[in-house]
Amino acid sequence: MTKESSDKTNKSGSNIGNEWEMAIGLEIHAQITSTTKLFSCATTVFGKQPNSQVSLLDAGFPGTLPVINDFCIEQAVKTGLALNGKVNNISNFDRKNYFYPDLPLGYQISQFYNPIISDGSVTIDINNIKKNISLDHIHIEQDAGKSIHDLHPNKTLIDLNRSGVPLMEIVTKPEMKSSEEAMSFVKKLRSILRYLGTCNGNMEKGNLRIDLNISVNKVGDELGTRVEIKNLNSIRFMNLAIDYEVNRQIKMLDNNDKVQQETRLFDPIKYITKKMRSKEDSQDYRYFPDPDLPPIILSNNYISKVKESIAELPDSKQMRFMKEYSLSKYDSSILVSEKSYSTYFEESLKNNKFLESNQSDVAKITANLLTGTIFSLLKKDNMSIEESKISEKDLSYIVEHVHKSEISNHIAKGIINTVWDTGEDIEYSVHKAKSEQNDDRLEYVVEDVLDKNKQKVEEYNKGKLKLFDFFIGMAMKNTRGKADPVAVRKILTKKLSSEKYR
Amino acid sequence: MNELTTINIHEAINHLKKKDFSVLELIGAHFKRIEETKHLNAFITSNYDKAMDSAKKSDSIIRENKMRNLEGIPIAVKDNFCTKNIRTTASSKILHNFVPQYESTVTRNMLNEGCIITGKTSLDEFGMGSSNKTSFFGKVKNPVGKNKMEYHVPGGSSGGSAVAVSSFSSMGALGTDTGGSIRQPAAFCGVVGLKPTYGRCSRFGIMAFASSLDQAGSLTRTVEDASIMLRTMASYDKKDSTSSRNSLENLLLPISEDISKLNIGIPTEYMKENIASDIFNSWEMSAKWLKEGGANLVEIDLPHSKYSLSTYYIISSAEASSNLSRYDGIRFGYRSNDNNIKDLYVNSRSDGFGEEVKRRIMIGTYVLSKGHYDSYYLHALKVRQLIKQDFINAFKKVDAIILPTTPYPAPPLNKNTDNPIEMYMNDIFTVPASLAGIPAISLPVGLTKDGRPTSIQVMGPSFKENTILKVGKFIETAANFSKIKNQEKML
Repeated sequence: MTKESSDKTNKSGSNIGNEWEMAIGLEIHAQITSTTKLFSCATTVFGKQPNSQVSLLDAGFPGTLPVINDFCIEQAVKTGLALNGKVNNISNFDRKNYFYPDLPLGYQISQFYNPIISDGSVTIDINNIKKNISLDHIHIEQDAGKSIHDLHPNKTLIDLNRSGVPLMEIVTKPEMKSSEEAMSFVKKLRSILRYLGTCNGNMEKGNLRIDLNISVNKVGDELGTRVEIKNLNSIRFMNLAIDYEVNRQIKMLDNNDKVQQETRLFDPIKYITKKMRSKEDSQDYRYFPDPDLPPIILSNNYISKVKESIAELPDSKQMRFMKEYSLSKYDSSILVSEKSYSTYFEESLKNNKFLESNQSDVAKITANLLTGTIFSLLKKDNMSIEESKISEKDLSYIVEHVHKSEISNHIAKGIINTVWDTGEDIEYSVHKAKSEQNDDRLEYVVEDVLDKNKQKVEEYNKGKLKLFDFFIGMAMKNTRGKADPVAVRKILTKKLSSEKYR
Repeated sequence: MNELTTINIHEAINHLKKKDFSVLELIGAHFKRIEETKHLNAFITSNYDKAMDSAKKSDSIIRENKMRNLEGIPIAVKDNFCTKNIRTTASSKILHNFVPQYESTVTRNMLNEGCIITGKTSLDEFGMGSSNKTSFFGKVKNPVGKNKMEYHVPGGSSGGSAVAVSSFSSMGALGTDTGGSIRQPAAFCGVVGLKPTYGRCSRFGIMAFASSLDQAGSLTRTVEDASIMLRTMASYDKKDSTSSRNSLENLLLPISEDISKLNIGIPTEYMKENIASDIFNSWEMSAKWLKEGGANLVEIDLPHSKYSLSTYYIISSAEASSNLSRYDGIRFGYRSNDNNIKDLYVNSRSDGFGEEVKRRIMIGTYVLSKGHYDSYYLHALKVRQLIKQDFINAFKKVDAIILPTTPYPAPPLNKNTDNPIEMYMNDIFTVPASLAGIPAISLPVGLTKDGRPTSIQVMGPSFKENTILKVGKFIETAANFSKIKNQEKML
């Protein structure tokens, strides 16, 4: 890497000065969306009673055998294609052998020698600079169970509900040069997985877990010794782990110490990383092809069928939004960043009766109110868009009135806030705002009539009461007959009795 | 001995059809025989109560003329088939108290056709051995050819099943064959042992030894009975990803004995092996009978077969080392009395497994470990392909291959063989078919001067069980091995 380009990346990266640069590779364990496990018919629902979703195989009973869940294969192929990977016509399952109480078989069924997907890439965008992050491969594997150490004073409890849950491990090359890039990668990847419906990306439920490989080197030198940090369950922790680890490694190198190749754990309370095991202690997993499972053989025909089933992905959706709705790059990037946002957006447009007559105006108003107002309300109440108190239809209703200039953008924001906080009926709220806005305008029209006919106001005040009808006529004329005469009469009475015109 | 125990499956079915005797009488006679032969130690667990109940049910089914294919037939089951609510131990201390809550597909198939399980038979622990000496439940005695001084080994690992059939305490038995574990004890005990094509019978519910080699099969007293058993045992099973959809349509009953158009292969390399003269003579006799029957004898080459034994021990031990990892004392089976996880693992497995099993786990762990994987395991996988290819090439020229089942007849039970290699050598003629996944049948053709059975093995192409049954039936008739039926006096 040239000095110039590394300077550029450092600008967008964590501030580690111009002397050092970092290389980050990620291993993302994404739970494959599937109602049943990878090799058994037990269900995968989160949060059930411990050990209630366990088949004989998941508990490692003698004589039980794994049978591949074809749907999980399809999900992995879909993911691989969407991430520009190469789907291998033949891949294998291998056993990774190690002993742990929550690993009932004594081995994890994974793919080590021939993964289902090779290569691939994800494009990230930081400050309008695009960068491709290459994937090494994607493989399929089963999850282990859970050891619970803190429920009993001197016993470890085992929950096998997760045992056999299907995972995809998405492995990148060490091409990320800052925590911003890593963060951007994870967000983009998660968004794509959600678009595909192959992983719901829910990090709190452990559906997306990150292992991090990180090294530092002097600019222009080869990559340094990498350290692995395991099991990060939020993007924030990943960032904190990167920051801590980079500083730790630079400090060591500055002191002429050597960075050891080791596995570390992130402490989510102290925000530091701690040594788990060194390379020498690392286990020999004795990988070998699982003799219980024949190779996965995928025909080109199958692969192209899966390809056809892939729905529009964020990047192409963004292009379409910009073209079709004339949205700005910024607005459309926000709208496509989560599938649920763009679904809400387009659903709201679909409901709008002015969409056909003026697509770009309707889209622009909808986008503004959605990304400006509704998103901040969601954030305030920590809600997902599926939980929004303003439905897609509500939003189109408001947008229709803004589009007709019956209410201003400003008023529309107020309505959304009111409806959100009070639960007021949306139609009532719009109607009320509309009439309030009309009264304001009529007051202006009436005052204008009175101001321009000061002589007649004096005469009226002296008793010439039939001038009242004259003022109404003038006001009606000035609104080209559109004003409500009853409202005009009400406002005129109010004005004529006010101090200003007495 | 009651004559109800000396008839074969084929005959018993006809008698039951004609209501010559009841299933209850048939099963009762067999349990009496099990009692009489208890000293042979063939059974680990008796299934008396359930069997008697089933016998009554079978009788009423026969009365209603709804007789199924194996209605009321007493079958012994090797104790590595999981049987629901019947203790299943794999002859290991680590599973001494294990009672499965599920049924293996093969035993399920048998039960569905009315078969009655007499009990669970002893085996070499987890199927690892050729003598049945490694069972946690003690040695099994081979009743055939016993002289005044001593019993001989029954062979293994399906030794208990072979003894159950040869001692007339069951009409047939289920076994598993990984490298000869059906054929070799069948040969030692003078019964017929059939190892079908890999994938023919489901492995679901069979305690795995080496997944890529394990195959369920039968031990019977006639070739025809082997064919009857196979028709019921075999099935495609979606619970076993390696089970085959290949149909059994062409498995004819009664088996044709017309071998006149067949080409029979004689692998000449094997003649160089150290073979006992009585066994060599049986091989020559079998070839002679086939030739007289009109078959064409063809000398064939199996150039890589000399690597079979080492290839087999690397692959089977590697798979076993992983397959047996689940026996850790955590969820079922034997658990040591320890409070920390490391001691619990080490002691449960050290105490729970016998010496031979531990040896294989060590070998398997070694050949899969970093730095050895390529030179041992991966190498063995490649050689296995070459061995398979040898057979594919051979079967372009011949319909079946004949070879002795073992190089020697059964050794004395109390002869101590401390050298495991010597024991492993016993499998030299049986492992090639296992590595190639092809079907093979062993049948007795004669006796040595001191009365020990000598056997011949017929191997055929994948899914051509019909061919080896046909050739086997022809040799069986020619050999007229009814002598074995007189052995009961010697028990």
